[in-house]
Amino acid sequence: MTQATPGSLALRRFSRAFSLAGLALVLAAAAWADPLKIEIAFIARARAPSPPYVIDAPPPGEGFDGAKLAVQDNATTGAFLDQSFELRDVELGEDESPVEAAKPLLARGVKMFVSALPADETLALADALKTQGALLFNAGATDDFLRGSACRSNLFHTAPSRAMLTDALAQYLAVRRWSKVLLVPGPNAGDAAYASAFRASAKKFGVKIVAEKPWAFGPLARARSDAVTEAEALTFARNVEADLIVVADEADDFGDYILYRTAEPRLVAGTQGLTPVSWHPTHTAYGSEQLQNRFIRMTKRRMRPIDYQAWIAVRAIGEAVTELRSADPAKIGSDMQGPGFNLAIFKGAAASFRPWDRQLRQAILLAQPKSLIGLAPLPEFLHQRNTLDSLGVDASESACKPGTP
Amino acid sequence: MKAFRLALVACVVASPASAYRIYVTNEKANTITVIDSDTLTVTQTVKAGRRPRGVRVSPDGKLLYVCASDEDGIQVFDTATMKLLRTLESGPDPEQFAMNAAGDLLYIANEDNAQVTVLDVVKNQVVANVPVGVEPEGMALSPDGSVLVNTSETTNMAHFIDAKTFRRIDNVLVDKRPRYAVFTPDGSRLWVSSEVGGTVSVISAKNREIVKKIRFDAPGLTPEEVQPVGMRMTRDGKTVFVALGPANRVAVVDAETFEIRKYILVGQRVWHLALTPDERYLFTANGNSNDVTVIDVAALKAIKSIPAGAAPLGVASSPN
Repeated sequence: MTQATPGSLALRRFSRAFSLAGLALVLAAAAWADPLKIEIAFIARARAPSPPYVIDAPPPGEGFDGAKLAVQDNATTGAFLDQSFELRDVELGEDESPVEAAKPLLARGVKMFVSALPADETLALADALKTQGALLFNAGATDDFLRGSACRSNLFHTAPSRAMLTDALAQYLAVRRWSKVLLVPGPNAGDAAYASAFRASAKKFGVKIVAEKPWAFGPLARARSDAVTEAEALTFARNVEADLIVVADEADDFGDYILYRTAEPRLVAGTQGLTPVSWHPTHTAYGSEQLQNRFIRMTKRRMRPIDYQAWIAVRAIGEAVTELRSADPAKIGSDMQGPGFNLAIFKGAAASFRPWDRQLRQAILLAQPKSLIGLAPLPEFLHQRNTLDSLGVDASESACKPGTP
Repeated sequence: MKAFRLALVACVVASPASAYRIYVTNEKANTITVIDSDTLTVTQTVKAGRRPRGVRVSPDGKLLYVCASDEDGIQVFDTATMKLLRTLESGPDPEQFAMNAAGDLLYIANEDNAQVTVLDVVKNQVVANVPVGVEPEGMALSPDGSVLVNTSETTNMAHFIDAKTFRRIDNVLVDKRPRYAVFTPDGSRLWVSSEVGGTVSVISAKNREIVKKIRFDAPGLTPEEVQPVGMRMTRDGKTVFVALGPANRVAVVDAETFEIRKYILVGQRVWHLALTPDERYLFTANGNSNDVTVIDVAALKAIKSIPAGAAPLGVASSPN
């Protein structure tokens, strides 16, 4: 639905606003409250449509669709309190900067932004918004440094960090006693970061990385041929005594190629195979079939992790506005970090923001393509404060210090 | 067996029977398990519609109403034969419902549709559709029948609705994911359980203010495990039983002091509860262990576990 032509300068669309004030007319508004109007902007890069044959290609509208569903949820609630919510979709063309795109919105007084952007752009946007007292909810980037050394006081994260994802996987491996891992990092920066997060998780949960072999055979998982043979790729893992292979391949270039092609039989986990994710189509517990159904009805496709993370971000804004009966970003930001703020996100335990780095505490699903394997934190792992804090960077380890800009 | 049961039903009119029938909806088996409260055994397993959830028995005990959520209907069974009589127009995805004292009106939460459907069961006609918050679930009617309450899980509100005009009177924000609502027998207070918030809010029915938020700090449980769902109140209004979901416990709450008197260990992921009319037993539907726990109410002890179908969710007792 956000079909885009790459390179076109007309990609940025401010025109499509989803006003749900209409709903408010049906539901008589509460008489005591002043009407509140909250505008939320969703910023992401436009994506070229994939050829139809690509399996599970990122759909146009990924992320935005989740935000759109959440703004409908917010509007239904808001109608009872005379609050209306609007969502603006900002799609960036190749040469457009999110900071520039945010300027006219800031000038109009928009204070709530949700993004699904790479880490560097997320950070630049957060800094630009901070001068105007606006908040940014990162629904896309998993980079740990955004929560650590580069954290910002107006930057919240509904996307899980890589540390949370790899901790979830390592917990599962520890419980299964699959403690010998061959780690295979890919060539990209994101792969290196994922591998580094997994190394830390392995140490934390007593999983042993017996060998590391960087992938050097190219994007074989994308090769379109019925007989892809690459002798070295088939034998690279030979003679490594491991229970399983953990792949760090965020671009989906090779992880799926390894499964079933190793010399010895080996399971695959990490970015492919058994994956730790914030959301998955196989998840239907904790009332989540309601959210899955609502999303599928609206979009005619399945909800993906970035959709879900954007949905949480917009719902968090809605919940804070509803509770505070205020759209003041300073109040919202401080309320969200308080102990009383929690969110129902269809994964059992209530989600909340960690005050030390503004990362959303949330359970992580462990899934293979058609079956849900588990939900982390696993019951075997406890925490002095909140079991969800057994995933990711804890207060005492955080490089995000109080009083950071 | 069947002849015995028919005879039992026949003599109900003459003298009050001590045996009740307990109906359990098995959400994933698409069946209803029928339990005899005297022998505490399963007497029958009946096929139901897809995804059976909310369940209630008519005031005269003759009809059993079951939400078949995935069939967008409420099924009506003859309790004497357990034959399906008809399916009512419930609106989409019915989950829980309340019933008036006369038993001719159902107030149904349409979970997928953000509305409450009021249904005349005799005419099988929709009387009203009331827009409410996202994912409506809990339904309660005040004892005098004047006020209807619905809780919406994603909007996090208890909506107070005038049961005659079907206009909303008030919306009370409660903790996250409110699941179940029940009035005290005198109608003065409404209890609402919040699954994700981990609390029960007690609301004054008069001014719609929250009088008390009850928390459950059960020993040996993490706060995240405590997810209150189903509730039942004794007829004297003194005791409330609260099912705590994955905490696998039922909390026994003193309704006057709000103190928690006891936590009773039951099966896994306890959803909804039913008291026999003589208040001798409390039955709990345990969604993950696929069984029903029987609690002796006087002793506050779990005395038996009865196997049911896959994913028991709702439970109701016959009135006689």
